[in-house]
Amino acid sequence: MKQLPPEYYTELEEIQAVDFVIVELVLYLHTHPDDLEAVKQYNEYVKLSKGLKKEFEKKYGALTSFGYSYARYPFDYKEAPWPWQV
Amino acid sequence: MWVYEKKLQYPVRVSTCNPRLAKYLIEQYGGADGELAAALRYLNQRYTIPDKVVGLLTDIGTEEFAHLEMIATMVYKLTKDATPDQMKAAGLAGHFADHDKALFYHNAAGVPWTATYIQAKGDPIADLYEDIAAEEKARATYQWLIDLSDDPDLNDGLRYLREREVIHSQRFREAVEILKEDRGKKKVF
Repeated sequence: MKQLPPEYYTELEEIQAVDFVIVELVLYLHTHPDDLEAVKQYNEYVKLSKGLKKEFEKKYGALTSFGYSYARYPFDYKEAPWPWQV
Repeated sequence: MWVYEKKLQYPVRVSTCNPRLAKYLIEQYGGADGELAAALRYLNQRYTIPDKVVGLLTDIGTEEFAHLEMIATMVYKLTKDATPDQMKAAGLAGHFADHDKALFYHNAAGVPWTATYIQAKGDPIADLYEDIAAEEKARATYQWLIDLSDDPDLNDGLRYLREREVIHSQRFREAVEILKEDRGKKKVF
């Protein structure tokens, strides 16, 4: 596994923070489906998350497989380290 | 279907190699109130629960798999540099004899995971009350683990997981109220 720069960790934590907001909002929305502000906030964070992941994947390789991320050549899914290795 | 993302839900750090803490933590990996039991319980109950609650069970069940991966990462990091002697001194000789340092679904006492830990009753209130109890028991387990641990980095991750149990319990309680309200409405006719 190649050496990771310190910004790998800060950029990953930024994604983890944004995705945490998304998980928290989606669980809330399951029992509060009529909360318009929460839906708006959810969509705002989905957009934020997509942007951050696109940049992250360019630097460190794909985060997902099964068609949720574009692949580069040579196939780069193995580029990003596995979560328990960092 | 499910999609895997190559990241933890929350960062996991450990201060030192500490197989004894790993031995305790495995309770939340393959124990009765652990993350595997939680994920399998909710994702199995959801097929016969009223539509209003399927999304909640699906998403909480999915989040439990993210927590299972966090616990696995903690155990892996706490044991990866341990010698056989250190494993033995930590009370993990039995584990080591069977699994080396591979993870396995058993509890802190070494008892393998069993489906008898979970239930699916087909009665929405009975199932959701079990789910609330499961979250409260998991919350208590995380508290006991934090009390046992002297690793501040590890405790940060454990505190996060403890708080998630509180949220899940809250959402399940709201789901019960939603179903009770629906049941009340039907009686009007």
